[in-house]
Amino acid sequence: MTIAAPEDKVIIRVLSGVGRIFLNFLATVGRLSVFTGRALRHCVTPPFYFRLTIRQMIDIGYYSLPVVGLTAIFTGMVLALQSYSGFSRFSAEGAVATVVVLSITRELGPVLAGLMVAGRIGGSMAAEIGTMKVTEQIDALTTLSINPYKYLVAPRLIAGLAMMPILVLVADIIGVFGGFLIAVNKLDFNPANYLSRTFEFLEVKDVVSGLVKAAVFGFVITLMGCYHGYNSRGGAQGVGTATINAVVSSLILILIFNYIITELFFAI
Amino acid sequence: MNTTPPKIRLRGVCKAFGPKVVLDGVDLDVGVGESVVVIGGSGTGKSVMIKCILGILEPDSGLIEIDGVDVGKINGADRDALMGKFGMLFQGSALFDSLPVWENVAFGLIQARGMERQAARAVALQKLAAVGLGPEVGALMPAELSGGMTKRVGLARAIAAEPEIIFFDEPTTGLDPIMGDVINDLVVKCVRELGATTLSITHDLVSARKIAHRIAMLHDGKIIWQGPVADIDESGNPYVDQFIHGRAEGPIQMQVSG
Ligand SMILES: Nc1ncnc2c1ncn2[C@@H]1O[C@H](COP(=O)(O)OP(=O)(O)OP(=O)(O)O)[C@@H](O)[C@H]1O
Ligand SMILES: [Mg+2]
Repeated sequence: MTIAAPEDKVIIRVLSGVGRIFLNFLATVGRLSVFTGRALRHCVTPPFYFRLTIRQMIDIGYYSLPVVGLTAIFTGMVLALQSYSGFSRFSAEGAVATVVVLSITRELGPVLAGLMVAGRIGGSMAAEIGTMKVTEQIDALTTLSINPYKYLVAPRLIAGLAMMPILVLVADIIGVFGGFLIAVNKLDFNPANYLSRTFEFLEVKDVVSGLVKAAVFGFVITLMGCYHGYNSRGGAQGVGTATINAVVSSLILILIFNYIITELFFAI
Repeated sequence: MNTTPPKIRLRGVCKAFGPKVVLDGVDLDVGVGESVVVIGGSGTGKSVMIKCILGILEPDSGLIEIDGVDVGKINGADRDALMGKFGMLFQGSALFDSLPVWENVAFGLIQARGMERQAARAVALQKLAAVGLGPEVGALMPAELSGGMTKRVGLARAIAAEPEIIFFDEPTTGLDPIMGDVINDLVVKCVRELGATTLSITHDLVSARKIAHRIAMLHDGKIIWQGPVADIDESGNPYVDQFIHGRAEGPIQMQVSG
């Protein structure tokens, strides 16, 4: 055995560190895939817990409305102001309505709603399921012949998938309305003109792409909440970590999927 | 007679968490209608053993049979049917904190057996009465209960569906001696009336003597002694002797840091 030179040792240490991170990453991807597959299977096989699903739908859809609506209306208002002051430099004020509606429906509606719901719902789901996990309530479900994937995970995934598009559709309308308010009241646009300009260049694809994003984000948020909650361990601290991981990972995944879906829809 | 398999049969069950070996070849039989109590020091893996039987934890190796069926080989609907035979009182009770007490007790009846809520509620209140809790407790949330009440609600939930096999993880810990005795009587009654098979864990030798037909001692990942409850005082096993007399000196070395 030759003794490794000091610089070799550093290289080995760095390489083994990188290798460990990479292996951990692969292991996580594997675990997540198994979890997702299992969860999806239980989403489509009976028994279904309708009451629980509806409760989750109300929690995700209805109780997120205020925060998402607030975000949307201010975003629409700011968009109108910003694009007006920007476009007036080259006398293109007429494009304000189109810019507002396209930005909201394609991008800002789904992404901002996704980020807001990720903070609100993803974190609380991870905390709730995580607490159930560390206090053995999930084990207790199993011993009472209830499959925790069906009882806890499936209702949340279905609710996320179903409610986010509705939420984003509402956010789109509120956002466009915010832009309209500013344009008419502050920027002296003619209301009828502004509205007709809003719909003149709007295509079905613009709205649909936004709603597809919303559905994917809803799935990602609830999946991350459930996954991190389900795999939390070690008491209050573990639940705290699970909550952070659920929020951070869903935020990152939202940004990544936003790019991917945009490219699928609009790359020429 | 010899052809009926034992209700629960463990052979060479091993379970390790990382490098830490907890169960190292556990062999145990529990006959039909029998009440077996497992004793052993803290952290010897008693709870882990029960969780392996329940399928909550997967043993690394070994055989676990319920009614002669290898539980490691069944899945899906068979698994659900098997779980229907079990009732379990968790050491920490594990009540669902989002549901009121009566719904906790009635949970298995409503969700798994599809019983009407009103009928299930009546059964739940009856089971609560059996563990000495009045109907007013049924409306409380688990967070509003004392430790002893929590334990009794957990017990009521475990017996609510009248399962064939009931596991009690420290049923009397945290109860006053009188309530502890009420619970002991209840366990005895379950065995006698329901004909249930029970596997209990306890540190409480008074309780063990009362509810057990047979006592087994778990130490170092193995069952080191088992025998009828009458033999416990003359086991001739230094580990058992140390345990039942609660002596600090003896072959069992407690892991005390310092
Ligand atoms: N999920 C787990 N992950 C890692 N280690 C575990 C896990 N569950 C139990 N252990 C370890 O297994 C050992 C046995 O735990 P167990 O809960 O079975 O003890 P016990 O015999 O029930 O003790 P007590 O009488 O105090 O309840 C402990 O050292 C514990 O640290
Ligand atoms: Mg224990």
